[in-house]
Amino acid sequence: MAVSFTVDGQVVRVEGLHPTTTLLRWLRESGRVGTKEGCAEGDCGACTVVVAHDGRWRAVNSCLIPLPSLHGRAVLTVEGLARGDRAHPVQEAMVEALGSQCGYCTPGFVMTLFEGAHRTDLDQPWKLDDQLCGNLCRCTGYRPIRDALQQVAGTCPDDGLAAPATDEDALREDGEGGAWFAPTRVSEATAWLAEHPEARVIAGATDLGLDITQKHARFASLLSVDRLAELRGIEVAAGMATIGAATTLVELEDWSAEGLPVLHRMLRFFGARQIKHRATIGGNLCNASPIGDLAPVVLALGGAMELVSASGARTVSADDFFVAYRRTALQPGELLARVRLPIPPAATKLGAYKVSRRRELDISAVSAAFQVRVAEDAVTEARLAYGGMAATPIRARAAEALLVGRPWTEETVRAAADSLRESFQPLTDHRASAEYRHRVARNLLLGFFAETREQPFIALPDRPTATVQEVG
Amino acid sequence: MTRPPTTLHQDATHESALGHVTGHARYVDDLPHPPGLLHGVIVRSPVARGTLLGVDVEDAVRLPGVVRVLTASDVPGDNHVGPIVHDEPVLADGELWWNGQPVALVLGTTREAARRGAEAVSVRHEPLTPVLTMEEAERRDQWLITPHVIRRGDVDAALASAHLVIQGEVHTPGQDHFYLETHASLAVPGEAGTMDLASSTQHPTEIQRMVAHVLGIPDAAVTCRVPRMGGGFGGKESQATTPACLAALGAWLTQRPVKVWLERGEDMRITGKRHPFRGRYRAGFDAEGRLLGFDAEVVADGGATVDLTGPIVDRALFHLDNAYVLPACRLVGKAVRTNLPSNTAFRGFGGPQGVAVIEDAMERAAFQLGLDPVEIRRRNYYADTAGRDITPYGQQVRDVRIERMTETLLATSDLAAWRAEVAAFNATSAHTKRGIGFVPVKFGISFTNSLLNQAGALLLVYADGSVQLNHGGTEMGQGLHTKMIAVCAEVLGVRPSDVRVMATSTEKVPNTSATAASSGSDLNGQAVREACEAVKARMVPVACELLGAERVRFAGGRCVDADRPDHAVAFSKVASDCWVRQISLSSTGFYRTPGIAYDRPGGQGTPFFYYAYGAALAEVEVSAWTGEYRIRRADLLHDVGDSLVPSIDRGQVEGAFVQGVGWLTTEDVLYGPDGACVTRGPSTYKIPAVGDVPADLRVNLERSPQAGTIGGSKAVGEPPFLLGFSVVHALRAAVAAFGTREPELALPATPEAVLFAIDRQRA
Ligand SMILES: Cc1cc2nc3c(=O)[nH]c(=O)nc-3n(C[C@H](O)[C@H](O)[C@H](O)COP(=O)(O)OP(=O)(O)OC[C@H]3O[C@@H](n4cnc5c(N)ncnc54)[C@H](O)[C@@H]3O)c2cc1C
Ligand code: FES
Ligand code: FES
Repeated sequence: MAVSFTVDGQVVRVEGLHPTTTLLRWLRESGRVGTKEGCAEGDCGACTVVVAHDGRWRAVNSCLIPLPSLHGRAVLTVEGLARGDRAHPVQEAMVEALGSQCGYCTPGFVMTLFEGAHRTDLDQPWKLDDQLCGNLCRCTGYRPIRDALQQVAGTCPDDGLAAPATDEDALREDGEGGAWFAPTRVSEATAWLAEHPEARVIAGATDLGLDITQKHARFASLLSVDRLAELRGIEVAAGMATIGAATTLVELEDWSAEGLPVLHRMLRFFGARQIKHRATIGGNLCNASPIGDLAPVVLALGGAMELVSASGARTVSADDFFVAYRRTALQPGELLARVRLPIPPAATKLGAYKVSRRRELDISAVSAAFQVRVAEDAVTEARLAYGGMAATPIRARAAEALLVGRPWTEETVRAAADSLRESFQPLTDHRASAEYRHRVARNLLLGFFAETREQPFIALPDRPTATVQEVG
Repeated sequence: MTRPPTTLHQDATHESALGHVTGHARYVDDLPHPPGLLHGVIVRSPVARGTLLGVDVEDAVRLPGVVRVLTASDVPGDNHVGPIVHDEPVLADGELWWNGQPVALVLGTTREAARRGAEAVSVRHEPLTPVLTMEEAERRDQWLITPHVIRRGDVDAALASAHLVIQGEVHTPGQDHFYLETHASLAVPGEAGTMDLASSTQHPTEIQRMVAHVLGIPDAAVTCRVPRMGGGFGGKESQATTPACLAALGAWLTQRPVKVWLERGEDMRITGKRHPFRGRYRAGFDAEGRLLGFDAEVVADGGATVDLTGPIVDRALFHLDNAYVLPACRLVGKAVRTNLPSNTAFRGFGGPQGVAVIEDAMERAAFQLGLDPVEIRRRNYYADTAGRDITPYGQQVRDVRIERMTETLLATSDLAAWRAEVAAFNATSAHTKRGIGFVPVKFGISFTNSLLNQAGALLLVYADGSVQLNHGGTEMGQGLHTKMIAVCAEVLGVRPSDVRVMATSTEKVPNTSATAASSGSDLNGQAVREACEAVKARMVPVACELLGAERVRFAGGRCVDADRPDHAVAFSKVASDCWVRQISLSSTGFYRTPGIAYDRPGGQGTPFFYYAYGAALAEVEVSAWTGEYRIRRADLLHDVGDSLVPSIDRGQVEGAFVQGVGWLTTEDVLYGPDGACVTRGPSTYKIPAVGDVPADLRVNLERSPQAGTIGGSKAVGEPPFLLGFSVVHALRAAVAAFGTREPELALPATPEAVLFAIDRQRA
């Protein structure tokens, strides 16, 4: 394998490594030990670096990035910020604020702050937390780091470190250890998949990367969708949003704030900045985890998946997409190309909920998304979708049936909510007990009723205490 | 920009901050690889209890890059280590004691090769039924230590005469240290049967001793150096021994350098945690809420080996009183052995587990007597008055600050107005309630094993006036080196930037104690001062002679004629003149804490040099839909004495508070039915993230000087950890607001625990 990219302004060419070698491994083994490993699972942020993409530096977890996805791109690490003896303004801010104690989390925080310094939209205190929540610190208690970010956020220092243009050329590597193909056209991708039915599709690698770092999987062939421009971006026409499968969650978040607020509400507490820069909607749905957060929203909205393969395209409704535990309707050789989400009319009651032990950077114990339409005092449509309650993301069909045709009142909603206990047999695991999941599933529906009594949808406040909002 | 302090008691940044933020600060795993380096990967026991029948290594050694596989029979010296009792095998021998226990070490030319080798090793064993709970261990009489009993007065009579007797049971959870840097050790074999180590340890002397013991060589043949640690929190006090001994063993047998670095998942599976405790108590109060008698028993889950369990249980007992006078009491501490990783030191060292018990009694008594939770506590505070100043173990408490600090906190927080706001909110909010919680803290300072209260330093002044400072303490982020620079610069009157603190090394200071028990700057600070004073005393006559002065002061990098302040000579000039005159410019310093001793069998003595105090108020908001909550505000007032470097102490207070909150709320160590730790990474083990810290955090330091300590300062590492209880008390108050009964909240107070508590409250 030969991959070339720049690190801290220096062009490097890497040969002979397996394509699943992560950026963090390579950095540290090549002597760039300033960047630290705290977990190798994307959950601590110690390994944070920034990668130039679409003209901006983006904070990412280097522990989850396979080297080939950096081909033609530029990486900046904590060791590349200082100019001679002069520390970078974000580094000075951290020193000044006493933002480091043991210093092990610090390189990662510095890079998260670096991105923050170059963002112009961190204009409210809660957004500082949102920027920082992908980095853990066990020593400081965060207050000084938050102060440091507040000081540098949006200052866009004239640091001579503007994000360079990147090269999105195709990359094809049939190395000894494994093959990596990152085409620029979908037709090339599907043709290659047809020839390599054993290949795994890889997008942001925030799920697949865990197989590499935690289970030490070495995939023989990988098809990367990260250079398929056709699969990126969002188009809205005739009440339908069509979202490319390789669209990142940051892109989705930026668009959905106005374009589809119910989706935005779910994305507000999803992973962290570093994860959302890499994670894609396609990866989240194809992973088909019962606790993938976007699936309930897609189910509640009545979305559909456009699948492509060498033999053509087909559309599968979200209801038919999640077939079993971590299994989808995708057939070998097929790729998820786009997700179609109908944009509900203005009066539709909508809600999206995520409950986890820790609010930020945590996987759901229970998640839910609801769509209810009411006309002339009766429910005409109810789509109640849950995560964490079964082996797949799932709709609560029995509860929906108890609502449709009935008035939208506390009494009917209570009956529907009470029926959930019969519908689901959730697990007890390290995230929550089955009993907690039952109670929360019920309360989320009751809470949704309370929230949407006066208005069809409410956005989350700046620092919500809980996923359900107190109204009145 | 703030910089290292120019004088003591001034704010300063961390001495390594620039290295931290540029990525230049080096930790053990960052050190350049010596030629021929081998990587060691540990093969772990797959069962929590079993008989080890054999270790099959043939498949592993055939793999490319695998150099050798080590098992217990390869150990040249004694395979058994441990900080107090040598009961822990470096590599399992005969029996398997916990799931994750090291059984073999695979050495490979790359870590990847060694890891594949480790996967190929098979541990032949016969599984036995493990003991995974404290209850089961008690049933089987698996006691780990001799019980510790402290008695005062006739507790049964006191309880019989009480207006109210509360009977309670408190379970405090374990806690993973989750230092961001996992364990790492690099061993390099030296000439003529010697061994040099770099280790991420809080206790280099322990590493030196244990490595020597395992290799069967004298302590002097081993050195251990600690560049710095990426956090320790107690987790690297005794448990750095295993990775270090394994690296040394590999290096000894192959005569090549060996590194043992643990991945996060390995670290969390192999190493022990904070001891979970169960406390049972009867607490008797009079009608005004004054404690009359307290009968309490705490039992710790020690895990598989003794480790530091004894002193941890001792400290729990010493803190069962927290800040309250116990006129009559019976306090009993025990520990059981289970088939779990051996639990170990963790910030607070049993203290928080003890305090949890009496705080539960206080919360419940306040509720049952209808008293203000702040007021009932104040009625029970220790005070500098006869009858209110003696602890259950007979130590006199002096300079009691807790009442004064409580008054200050109530005033600065405007508690009355704050409470009114919360009440107004609760009156109109159905599904969301707020609550305010309070906790006072008194924490004893000194190693409870009195002999450990000693420290050494070695000062080297060079002829150009630059200074190297060595002391026995290790830097893990707590700012110890920053404080030691401040002490040294103050005594020698040099610029802090002229003082270089060297990596802690057993070559420089022998027989050190662990950097633990919050004692780092108390003990080492005195030793550093003594070393500096000794060298200074030799420099003074030279300076006097150069200046023709009677008396000189050392300040600002100069030696100044005390009577003619415009007459001065550079410190460097005096240093070079000392060299020319053949005067020694180096000295050791040594300190031992005076006047402390404890008789454990008798349960009486003076284990502590002094006490540190703290008080906190916190407000939370909880949701009845999901049990989720948010800390809205916290006001902390903490006693640091005349702080050596206040900005560093503030960092300790805030960080400890947040870590304490994590222990009591989102952190939950879980083991599967096979005894394997299932929460083995940050994806499943949730330490606080930035949003868990109150947006409104008000921290103040109580700074009146402490008698007899370095610069009048106080220890600060552990005590503020206990301020986290304010959040649990706030959660209880918020839960209580959903109904009329007494709230019941399990720990850790996860959203699940809170939801169940609210549902009980509303039932
Ligand atoms: C620290 C951390 C936090 C996280 N937090 C959350 C969270 O809060 N909520 C949540 O839901 N998830 C979370 N995740 C999981 C993960 O980030 C998301 O599921 C993410 O959306 C996956 O996208 P990806 O592009 O990284 O997928 P990848 O890892 O690249 O791929 C995931 C799977 O999808 C397949 N795939 C990807 N794209 C396609 C395609 N176009 N066609 C066919 N198959 C495809 C891959 O073959 C693979 O099986 C978290 C992960 C980490 C590491
Ligand atoms: S090492 Fe923890 S997020 Fe990458
Ligand atoms: S400074 Fe130690 S983990 Fe952040």
